[in-house]
Amino acid sequence: MSQRVEIVKRIMDSNDRLAQNNQAILDQNHIFGINLMASPGAGKTSFILETIKRLPAEIKLGVIEGDTAPVTIDSDKIAAAGIPAVQINTGGECHLDANMIEMALDELPLEDLNLIMVENVGNLICPAAFQLGTHANILIASIPEGDDKPYKYPNIYRGLDVLILNKIDLTPYIDFRMDYFQQGVEMLNPGLKTFALSAKTGEGFDAWITWLTDKVTTK
Amino acid sequence: MHELAITESILSIADQAAKENNGTKVTDIYLILGQLSSIVDDSVQFYWDHISLGTVCEGAVLHFERRPAMLRCKSCNHQYPLGEILQTCPNCQSPDVFIEAGEEMLVHHIDILREEP
Repeated sequence: MSQRVEIVKRIMDSNDRLAQNNQAILDQNHIFGINLMASPGAGKTSFILETIKRLPAEIKLGVIEGDTAPVTIDSDKIAAAGIPAVQINTGGECHLDANMIEMALDELPLEDLNLIMVENVGNLICPAAFQLGTHANILIASIPEGDDKPYKYPNIYRGLDVLILNKIDLTPYIDFRMDYFQQGVEMLNPGLKTFALSAKTGEGFDAWITWLTDKVTTK
Repeated sequence: MHELAITESILSIADQAAKENNGTKVTDIYLILGQLSSIVDDSVQFYWDHISLGTVCEGAVLHFERRPAMLRCKSCNHQYPLGEILQTCPNCQSPDVFIEAGEEMLVHHIDILREEP
């Protein structure tokens, strides 16, 4: 006989439960976790490297690097800066998920850390759907990508806690309407905390480092 | 391209629900997908045909109920669809809007066949 079974279950439920578990692991170790998302070339790795240079001594960072291909270019740069780094090769998948983070956390010296930055796969669509268990979802947008990205990729802006606008040193060379960009962000995520900066010149990093230090030390 | 992970999750939810209800076969799966979920039906169907093979869900028909993303204007209360690109309120041009619907990603219900006890 045929029977209808009501379920009404969120498709992302199992990922989200793993994410909650990851957050519990981070909390137990007094670690502040960041999920860093961006399109390819927005400057995720340069942003992390510039952040490392400016971190106060009390912040102990570990980095999880997500990449679709088995290349360790990014994690090598982080490791060269003296920071524990784990590379996740997603095997072609376009995003990181909570399960991958759980495995990566196993490989980091959690007891020695109070900040973990996860560099997600460069993509503005897929990572938005997958919670990792970090405490802050951060998007790095950059001036050369254009001012219309919030309008074209609304979903990723919806779940953000912080927005980084990188490469502001290129503003004189590119037709980037700041008002138009900010209006789109405001429509999707009112009052979103935003830091405009340049990972190349270091402009604007002080405010970001102050915010980050406050979050980590009050965790 | 995240549809493989989504499809695996759908399979897992339907499989578990079927087992809990002594189902021997899942015939239909009803999904509700908001526009903002960025999920492509054809892509889910493609993966489904492969990963459901040999499971209690093999051959189950996927039904996609799409929910458009809707915005509401806080200034004039006008409701309008998101469309291809985010736009200010078409009625009063205010950017002071919020997203009211379109973020759903649910397995709503399934139809199963079960043995008579």
